[in-house]
Amino acid sequence: MSAGTTREWLLSDHPESRRQARLGQAYRTWSQLRANRLAMVGLGVVVLLMVVALFADLIAPFDPLRGGDLRTERLLPPSFEHWMGTDDQARDIFSRIVHGSRLTLMVVALVAVIATPIGLAVGTTAGYFGGWVDIVLMRITDIFLAFPRLILALAFVAALGPGIENAIIAIAITSWPPYARLARAETLTIRQADHIAAIRLQGAGSLRIIWGHVVPLCLSSVIVRVTLDMAGIILTAAGLGFLGLGAQPPQPEWGAMIAAGRRFLIDFWWVATMPGIAIFVVSLGFNLLGDGLRDVLDPKGTK
Amino acid sequence: MSTPPGTPIEVDGLSVTFGSGAGALRAVRRVGFVLNRGESFGIVGESGSGKSTVLRAICGLAPVSAGQIRIDGAPVRTPRDAAFYRRVQMVFQDPYASLHPRHTVDRVLSEPLAIHGFGDVEARIEQALADVGLGHGFRFRFPHQLSGGQRQRVAIARALILEPSILLLDEPTSALDASIQAEVLNLLDALRRRRDLTYLLVSHDLAVVAHMCERLIVMRNGETVEELSRADLRARRARQDYTRDLLTASRGFVREPA
Amino acid sequence: MSTILEVEDLRVAFPSRQGPVEVVRGVTFDLGRERLGIVGESGSGKSQTGRAILGLTPPSGTVRAKRLQFEGIDLRDASAATWRRLRGRRMSMVMQDPKFSLNPVMTIGRQIVEAYARQPDAPRSAARDKAIAMLEAVQIRDPARVFDAYPHELSGGMGQRAMIAMMLITEPDLLIADEPTSALDVTVQLEVLQILDELVRERGMGLIFISHDLRLVSSFCDRVLVMYAGRMVEEVRADRLHEARHPYTRGLLDCLPSLETDRRPLPTLQRDAAWAR
Repeated sequence: MSAGTTREWLLSDHPESRRQARLGQAYRTWSQLRANRLAMVGLGVVVLLMVVALFADLIAPFDPLRGGDLRTERLLPPSFEHWMGTDDQARDIFSRIVHGSRLTLMVVALVAVIATPIGLAVGTTAGYFGGWVDIVLMRITDIFLAFPRLILALAFVAALGPGIENAIIAIAITSWPPYARLARAETLTIRQADHIAAIRLQGAGSLRIIWGHVVPLCLSSVIVRVTLDMAGIILTAAGLGFLGLGAQPPQPEWGAMIAAGRRFLIDFWWVATMPGIAIFVVSLGFNLLGDGLRDVLDPKGTK
Repeated sequence: MSTPPGTPIEVDGLSVTFGSGAGALRAVRRVGFVLNRGESFGIVGESGSGKSTVLRAICGLAPVSAGQIRIDGAPVRTPRDAAFYRRVQMVFQDPYASLHPRHTVDRVLSEPLAIHGFGDVEARIEQALADVGLGHGFRFRFPHQLSGGQRQRVAIARALILEPSILLLDEPTSALDASIQAEVLNLLDALRRRRDLTYLLVSHDLAVVAHMCERLIVMRNGETVEELSRADLRARRARQDYTRDLLTASRGFVREPA
Repeated sequence: MSTILEVEDLRVAFPSRQGPVEVVRGVTFDLGRERLGIVGESGSGKSQTGRAILGLTPPSGTVRAKRLQFEGIDLRDASAATWRRLRGRRMSMVMQDPKFSLNPVMTIGRQIVEAYARQPDAPRSAARDKAIAMLEAVQIRDPARVFDAYPHELSGGMGQRAMIAMMLITEPDLLIADEPTSALDVTVQLEVLQILDELVRERGMGLIFISHDLRLVSSFCDRVLVMYAGRMVEEVRADRLHEARHPYTRGLLDCLPSLETDRRPLPTLQRDAAWAR
């Protein structure tokens, strides 16, 4: 099939199969997203992060953990050999940032995988059933929301012990409440819709309705929110690293790298600045992508 | 399909109250009627008359605070059981709101079959689409790829796919253009004859009710104003002033001489 | 009969993935101090016609016309200042649902007074009296109470009357009513129309009444334009509607169920691709 006919097949108003209908829908969403240049920049950054994380071993010219000669290669400024200079342990900062992308990506992915389903499940259940289920679930959510995220994460990490895994768990535990709130608010409007009444009249049980009918409608706004939150999550992870409660030395976590570089910020600016730029770029990328996704996915935006 | 025994719908002294205390809204007050098998019965009223609430109370979407509802001779159970949903189905007013925006027609029609464990899903879906005058080409479309009339046809197909004997119709054509309304009314008419269905139709439009229903009640502020037959309506034989007002209004605007 | 509005070959287009799509295609009519109905089904372009006349086409749309004149003023390239001078003072619009066109956090009275004060020569001191008089004119029984009420405290019919009062207080020459009664119950609908009718007659306004309801429009208006797919397919005198020739108009009239006669199946409209051409 040539490109033209594939496109026609995807955009057909008379799909012949389930697969064609679904792919066509995905293609329409994609072409809308593609029209948004900033969103594509964001997507580019996110894809780049993934590629770098995947091929870190090939990309990084030096070992991220073991430095060079401590006498001659410490705190070198950016040069042709060390693109971003070296740190106080004589380690190549570029290599550390490249390897650090794995940690960042892991934080982002795991938090998304853990927090999104919890938030969706709590929010849709509370919104759909209402009554005391709603009250109990939402008060729990409120308790979590009452603390600033970093403080709560700090408390959890302090209890669980420092380390990147515990930091991820702490961040995940602290980031689901906003998604639960959002999902509940969406569910409250969706619950009133005729199509939910219709499926109830078909005899569907609550689980089927929540999972098959409510969640798909909440999902897009939650995904948008999660993407927009990614910047905050990266910053929280970096913040925990900075405070010494996240990734432990010598792991090349960006926040921890900034913390280490802060001591020589005046004389050797690049040590703290380079990981800072990396955090900034990735956070911005997720924000741009989230904004673009909101334009495409959020049902309230269109129309 | 065997004909179930007893009268299809008996509503006796039905009251529906939302909320409680001083803020309680008594949406329906002591409304009663009996439908015969194969009959089409209408409920006419303006907004806030409680006409749609009666339908919602019958199928368990609104709380019954007093009175009794019997389907095929037996009182309904709360919550309604699977057998109820296979006997009674509903078509909603707004075809833009009553179909899930992310589900294809195929999913809309196959889900009730899956819930009730029906076999030969393929054949049933194709048949259901054919029955409402939509071809196979519509099966994998999303609602946004359908016009209002086509959506309402899908909603009717969904209601009929469980082969109910009773159909509750909540203003099934008021969101549609006049020319589409005629098509949907004709379809409903034909389906009733072909399948020996019993209709309970709610509408604000006297002409639509006169066209579709043999008997009707007029409701206002949650209460029954009066019961009329189609012949009464056509001859404009109303006993109550309110019904007469409605009949006058249905003629359109009459300019008072200046 | 003096002509208030002249429209010739009005076209409104919106961009789409397949290039621009014209939703109004060559609408032409003159309006005097009379009631003109524009009738069509959804997507016929009737509302966009009304909006284009008031310069309220959404920004993505483009409006073209050979002539679009309101009392000698060319509206085609009217500046923002011209529109400010015209809209709300000399031409007004009543929308379908008062819930969406009244400001929910402002009392009815303040909104009417504000509409009145937009006129340069309006004495502010008289505004309140004038507003109450206007509320009386739209047959609101307790105008003082409604004056201090918020929109959500009013029923649909009351809200629409307040809306009409607000639109007519500046005594415009042209009123465009887009489905002004479709959200109302039939009995209320007729009362609102009665009020509109009297005001139009007494004040000698031009009225464009946009609706999907051919019967209602023909019982209310002097002339009816029937639109289909952006085109004007027919213009008839309202009292001669039964003489309408175009198959679309005939089909629209025919397909409604009626109280008097029993036709089964109802005649349906057989659409002809040529109508849209």
